[in-house]
Amino acid sequence: MTDLQVTGIAPRSSARNLVKRLRGGEAYTEEITGTPATRFLRHLVLIGLGLVMLYPLMWMVSASFKPSTDVFNDTSLIPTTWDFTNYSSGWSALEYPMETYLYNSMVLAVLNIIGNIFSCSITAYCFARLRFRGRRLMFAATLATMLLPSHVILIPQYVVFSKLGWINTYLPLTVPAFLASNAFFVFLLVQFMRGLPMELQDAARIDGCGPLRTYWSVILPLTTPALATVAIFTFIASWNDFFSPLLYLTDQELFPVPLALRQFMSAQGASQWGPMFAMSIVSLLPVIGFFFIGQRYLINGIATTGMK
Amino acid sequence: MTAATTDQGVGARPRRVRERGDRIAYVLLIPWFIGMLFTVIPFAVSLYLAFTDYDLLTSPSWIGLENFQHFVSDPKAATAARVTLTYTFVAVPISLAVALGIALLLNRGVRGLRFYRSAFYLPSLIGASVAIVMLWRSIFGYAGVVNQFLAIFGIEGPGWTTDPDWALMTLVTLSVWGFGAAMVIFLAGLRQIPRMYYEAASVDGATPVRQFFAITLPLLSPVLFFNLVLGLIGSLQTFTQAYVFSGGTGGPADSTLFFNLYLYQQGFQRFDMGYASALAWVMFLVIAAFTAINFLVSKYWVFYDD
Repeated sequence: MTDLQVTGIAPRSSARNLVKRLRGGEAYTEEITGTPATRFLRHLVLIGLGLVMLYPLMWMVSASFKPSTDVFNDTSLIPTTWDFTNYSSGWSALEYPMETYLYNSMVLAVLNIIGNIFSCSITAYCFARLRFRGRRLMFAATLATMLLPSHVILIPQYVVFSKLGWINTYLPLTVPAFLASNAFFVFLLVQFMRGLPMELQDAARIDGCGPLRTYWSVILPLTTPALATVAIFTFIASWNDFFSPLLYLTDQELFPVPLALRQFMSAQGASQWGPMFAMSIVSLLPVIGFFFIGQRYLINGIATTGMK
Repeated sequence: MTAATTDQGVGARPRRVRERGDRIAYVLLIPWFIGMLFTVIPFAVSLYLAFTDYDLLTSPSWIGLENFQHFVSDPKAATAARVTLTYTFVAVPISLAVALGIALLLNRGVRGLRFYRSAFYLPSLIGASVAIVMLWRSIFGYAGVVNQFLAIFGIEGPGWTTDPDWALMTLVTLSVWGFGAAMVIFLAGLRQIPRMYYEAASVDGATPVRQFFAITLPLLSPVLFFNLVLGLIGSLQTFTQAYVFSGGTGGPADSTLFFNLYLYQQGFQRFDMGYASALAWVMFLVIAAFTAINFLVSKYWVFYDD
């Protein structure tokens, strides 16, 4: 390990820089341009647009505290009559209590995150850091699958899953994550790992690390920021996913939140507005929470993939 | 694997180790390989199914081009194609224009950049969620907020969700609401343009408008291209919004019958898997054609700096 520390000083600091860049809060040094008048105007436009953008969300929060009959009659954002029962009645309005659906969604999200992190990172490690025959071709094939609309492979996959008896289980919704099926994440991680200095790996080899050990103790820890991006994107995609659960799950007990939530719309008609919005907010809170925790990973993540 | 390093000695260049190849990669790539099989084989199988009559219960029977002949004369498929293309050609340009406009405003150096960026970015993460689509239906409902707002100006708003002429436009507004993802990418692209170009241009007396067309737009064109390709592919595959908005029917009067929704109805409600596969292949070819055209045309307007 001492060898690695001695030879690793320069590479490590550049790796640290790279990590800092992806983590990098604001690397932009901002100079404020324009006269006070144009600056004021700019803020006016931005605030105006921001309000228009966020108004639907504020309206929904307000509606979730109004009696159902007031939702479309009481135009004020601050409810004239407050109704806190929407949350409790909405929680138990469907066949199962809300916690069942939240739990299901959480299980799916966690399994997908674990699957994507490990399968995509080890695949990316092979493509980015190891040398073997067919590497370029295999990587190109992975990228090509990104252009494939998922609906083309949907029907045969459905047939296979149903023949395997996987309908009404979480297997079709989670197993693909363990098979590095998300080419976008593989690509993101390859790009990131390529930026790590090769000397690190050489130093690890000299110290007797095999490729697997190098992956686990050298590359993976340095890839944390990119893995955070993958985890957050996976969480949001899995939490919002509506189509796959719709396809593969029919048993209420297994429903994730989006499938459950939709029933407010089809079954209840117009009467249950308050509870519906209350539960909509419950369904959005985890995503919004993750957004605030992991904002910089998200923003840096999509910014990097868009660049080259 | 470690044997190689020990008999080379510590002083030898480790490059030789690399040249020997890391056979272990083939083992580590086993999950990836299974995943690829799970993509490539279904891809081929769906092409086969497109030429068959298949209901999932009995085995598929070859019917030649019948599914495609049916597609050409199927008025609902034509509607679905029209709805999807209209939506794409309206929603993508508007979203990109708004995203670029706001990115430009934010790039001028604004106090509170982080706050604005978050406020504009957040909607794009939740725009396709069931909760937001239901919310959209409500605020655009006949007695919804939007019409209440229009009423202030004495305008009687249409039945956004019930009038076939307006339902699709309601979904377009939802798509534009999610412009934030493209905006963040634009913003990152704008940061890469060296400031000195603008300084040089203003010394030469170029107006901001001139600077935009002579510096910003050409240097941002790769990013614009990226956003355009992603936007088109995403829009053509819209499903959740249409499904939740119309309760799975594509109504009112098929005005939100997106192609994917129609595919779903054919495949998973009527279990006409053969026809659904044919539809999927038509969509695949259309998306491939759009992407190819995009790449071909890009030669004429996308400018790579390096």
